[in-house]
Amino acid sequence: MIELLSYDFLRRALIAAVLVGVAAPAVGTFIVQRRLALLGDGIGHIALTGVGLGLLTRSSPTILALVVSALGAVAIELLRVRTRTGGDVALALLFYGGLAGGVLFANLSGGSANLGSYLFGSISSVGTGDLYIVAGLAVAVIAILALFGRELFVLCQDEEVARASGLPVRFLSLLIAITAALTVVVAMRAVGLLLVSALMVVPVAAAQQLTRGFRATIGLAVIVGVVSSVGGLWVSVDADFAPGPTIVLLAMAVFLAAVGTGRLVRMRRTDVT
Amino acid sequence: MTVPFRMTGGEVRLDRRPVLRGVDLTVEPGEVLAVMGPNGSGKSTLIRSLLGLIPLSAGRVELYGVPPSRFRDWKRVGYVPQRLSVGGGVPATVREVVSSGRIARQSRFRPFSAADRRAVDRALEAVGMVHRARDSAQELSGGQQQRVLIARALAGEPDVFVMDEPTAGVDAASQETLARTLRDQVAEGRTVVLVAHELGPMEPLITRSVVLENGLITHEGAPPRPRGECARPGHDHVHPHAPAEEPHLLS
Repeated sequence: MIELLSYDFLRRALIAAVLVGVAAPAVGTFIVQRRLALLGDGIGHIALTGVGLGLLTRSSPTILALVVSALGAVAIELLRVRTRTGGDVALALLFYGGLAGGVLFANLSGGSANLGSYLFGSISSVGTGDLYIVAGLAVAVIAILALFGRELFVLCQDEEVARASGLPVRFLSLLIAITAALTVVVAMRAVGLLLVSALMVVPVAAAQQLTRGFRATIGLAVIVGVVSSVGGLWVSVDADFAPGPTIVLLAMAVFLAAVGTGRLVRMRRTDVT
Repeated sequence: MTVPFRMTGGEVRLDRRPVLRGVDLTVEPGEVLAVMGPNGSGKSTLIRSLLGLIPLSAGRVELYGVPPSRFRDWKRVGYVPQRLSVGGGVPATVREVVSSGRIARQSRFRPFSAADRRAVDRALEAVGMVHRARDSAQELSGGQQQRVLIARALAGEPDVFVMDEPTAGVDAASQETLARTLRDQVAEGRTVVLVAHELGPMEPLITRSVVLENGLITHEGAPPRPRGECARPGHDHVHPHAPAEEPHLLS
């Protein structure tokens, strides 16, 4: 591993893996708490249209994915609020529209071969320019969570209590949706748009098998996220696997181990009492 | 002088169905008001619309003299929702949930202060949950979860408490704790509005009650005493004659 770091592309991949491993589970904890675990999935589908537009117009697919997924996140949030019933159908339309639009634009551009690297990730092809964007977004995501964490915690627990505490509920709802969109773009190069949600949800699911508190869950989820993304990258380079699926499967393995450990801990706790 | 709540001609429609049909209600400072009535009568809708959580379709409501949309002094209000809403998909410790009750008193850039911590300690102590502070709120019994929700409101040190069915499905020990906590708050001059099906140990505290039926106030004054079969201890009070459609929206 150490000598591999002399390769520039691997150094960049490693930095990207750490950033994704921190940002995705941190945002994911709030989203899972809000019972919107599949939000990242939806935004990922929509982001593909941005990628397709980027390929078509020969501009940066990352930046266009950012713009389109942020707009998509706002649209999802508005649909969630406006429609009490039938909201899931509206969301489904948005997701499939995003996916189909992405594939169509990519085909038109003649660069549909590139699409696979956005769908399933290609962390080892992250260029310096993309790395700067990813790093900037990751820092923004973490700053937002640090600054608004307490308010978002109340919002994600109970929207009515948030409103009765005088919190700006609409602003905070948009903020968490847009933060999720930024995270999707951060994670896009590492695991691909179809697997983005996995890194937001699986480390959180693993962590909460072992924790009793919210802060503890964020902390452990971030550790699981970094271990999976860096470990997955290392295994994939070593064994010549595709990095995206390797990272996600490693996170799943950690989840299964956490389920087993959590059962053992709880069994022992009930034995003692 | 401004009163905590004043509703005049309050009407609410949910899915085009009238739920409140012209309610006039004023809550004076220091009052302990019980909102009673059968399932589906609009009790929960009434107290949530007092807070502006449900918009009125006609009439007006004021919190301390200001419509909810322009009200800014939310630290004066402690809302205790129905218990079902404890937590989300992620565990949170009892202390984390109770600490979040300080949110209306905090600013975005200030860390949790010693005063915040003391208020949280006092709230945990008042409901007898100090020993469970580090446990996950989701793993507690129903009565204990209710105590946590009340402690969250206590931690904010509000002037008025609004409680939605604080005694529903709560064990006897927790009901006693709740009554004792409320008595202390009332003694300090706080105002309480609560929805209840049965008052239990809280009954001596109630200064006034209103009974809602079909979205209208049909009785106002001393709380109606249960009579006959309904007065038997442990009696499960059900109203088979009450409208049964979508009670979850209303009760």
